[in-house]
Amino acid sequence: MSNIDLGLYRRRQLSNRIGLTLSMLAMVLGLAVLLWILVVLFKNGLAAIDLNLFTQDTPAPGSEGGGLRNAIVGSLMMLGLTVLVATPVGVLAGVYLAEYGDTSKTASFTRFVTDIMLSAPSIVLGLFVYAIAVATVKQFSGYAGSLALSLIAVPVIVRTTENMLRLVPGSLREAAFALGAPRWKVATLITLRAARSGVITGLLLALARISGETAPLLFTALNNQFFNTDMAKPMANLPVVIFQFAMSPYDNWIRLAWAGALLITLTVLLLNIIARVLFRARAQG
Amino acid sequence: MSSISPAPALPSADDDSNRRISIARRQRVQDVIFHRLTQAFSLIVLLALLGIILSLLINAWPTFRKFGIDFIWTAEWDIINEEFGALIAIVGTLLSAGIAMLIAVPLAFGIALFLTETCPVWLRRPLGVSIELLAAVPSIIYGMFGLFVFAPLFATWFQAPVKEIAGGMPIIGSLFGGATNGLGILAAGIILAFMVLPFVAAVMRDVFEIVPQILRESAYGMGCTTFEVVRKVVLPYTQKGVIGGVMLGLGRALGETMAVTFVIGNANRMPTSLFSPGTSIASTLANEFGEAADFHLSTLFALGLLLFLITFIVLGLAKVLILRAEKSKGI
Repeated sequence: MSNIDLGLYRRRQLSNRIGLTLSMLAMVLGLAVLLWILVVLFKNGLAAIDLNLFTQDTPAPGSEGGGLRNAIVGSLMMLGLTVLVATPVGVLAGVYLAEYGDTSKTASFTRFVTDIMLSAPSIVLGLFVYAIAVATVKQFSGYAGSLALSLIAVPVIVRTTENMLRLVPGSLREAAFALGAPRWKVATLITLRAARSGVITGLLLALARISGETAPLLFTALNNQFFNTDMAKPMANLPVVIFQFAMSPYDNWIRLAWAGALLITLTVLLLNIIARVLFRARAQG
Repeated sequence: MSSISPAPALPSADDDSNRRISIARRQRVQDVIFHRLTQAFSLIVLLALLGIILSLLINAWPTFRKFGIDFIWTAEWDIINEEFGALIAIVGTLLSAGIAMLIAVPLAFGIALFLTETCPVWLRRPLGVSIELLAAVPSIIYGMFGLFVFAPLFATWFQAPVKEIAGGMPIIGSLFGGATNGLGILAAGIILAFMVLPFVAAVMRDVFEIVPQILRESAYGMGCTTFEVVRKVVLPYTQKGVIGGVMLGLGRALGETMAVTFVIGNANRMPTSLFSPGTSIASTLANEFGEAADFHLSTLFALGLLLFLITFIVLGLAKVLILRAEKSKGI
């Protein structure tokens, strides 16, 4: 009964082993890259982080020292305004897609477009905002920067809000309807409330996504060497400062760029981790 | 869930029933307002897309009026004499993104295979999360990493030896000619590969998980090895989703600005080898937009329009394929 082809068996075993080993190596490589980037960031960034970073403004070319105060404040202001603008737009659009979007063609088209906007080249969004908000008033501004960031954040918020609302059990809606609640009350006080932590997760992920966006700010918020809290004027912001300083020939500029890079990455990773923990707590609760 | 009918009126209390009817009426008005309000907000997304296409078209119009459709395949970028063509940037964009996909797709497949088949269950979540964190790292960080850390190593340990060995060969040699300073098309492709790898891997993992367990079990029952199960059962079953994930990564790679700008070398010349510096559409925009004026500005808008159209088509196809894969998940 020994009609087993041992040669074939060995070949299949071998190709299996090679395939699985290669796949494990791919995983190791992926982790190694993440680790490598973090190590490089910490090594170069920590060396440059001191109190001056938060108390002094970006230095002029050739001058010593300096910090990133204006860029940090500018980034925070633009991110804050973006969250204020993008949250209501994104959440309400998400509510529409989840509550009314099953039947209408416009809704499914909107969903399609939102998904494409999620991955659209951010630099092109910058061009668009330049055309409508900078070229028209002949002034780069923090407002334009926020608008560009909003265009990136809204699709993220729309999609997560819709997905989270869809996770809310239908029986909850039906119970509310049976008590005579009108639709808008069911949507805002029942489903949105039940999906609250999921929606907040989406907001955090959107915030993480825009915190590091550089390309759309290049032609909108531009940059500003000085401390400025007037959003109608060009505004310093971390990503663009990092871009300019990293490409510069000055040592202290490059050091500041590393410090900024570390700040941004830590913020983004922290936001991602908080979002995950939040969502997981909800999934279990 | 049709609209709520007014509460039934009680015959004994006329006042009470009138009150109820008026409440029901008010609520219906509120419902209609709420419906339209949320709808209006969802239309903002559509309007934004329309606005983007329109504003790019309007601003790019002078360029296309002057050069016509030839703009796309003219390899000339002379700012002083105002002779412009997009070919150099298009070639740089496609080459760097193509190299990135060649590297990233097999690696992403390996990671997805590992996470869904061989990885011990308790490790799946932490490893999956770290891949997702890698996807969250901002692209400017990849750019800085590429310029300061990767490029010097790449020049010493890859470019120089390869040029030494292959430089003298007839056809292959020309692929590896040029300066070995660590920057260029190939370096940009590799950095881009690191950047899109987690996106592609995450999509592949998600579609691999769609495959019904019973299919896997049947294959194992017939004596398939793990690798055979993935190659001959999982992969054919998830074909559309996998291609969709690859296209999604391609869309990202084509439109990426920062990761590329730092390492591609930023030269407006047609690349002659894998090591030669080049430029992509996005990095041309990032480098030149600040100093551009008048007609030059319009050509940059034209480049942006081309980039948007290319990525729109790629991403649209990706979306359609992934949707189809999700639909067919129930057998």
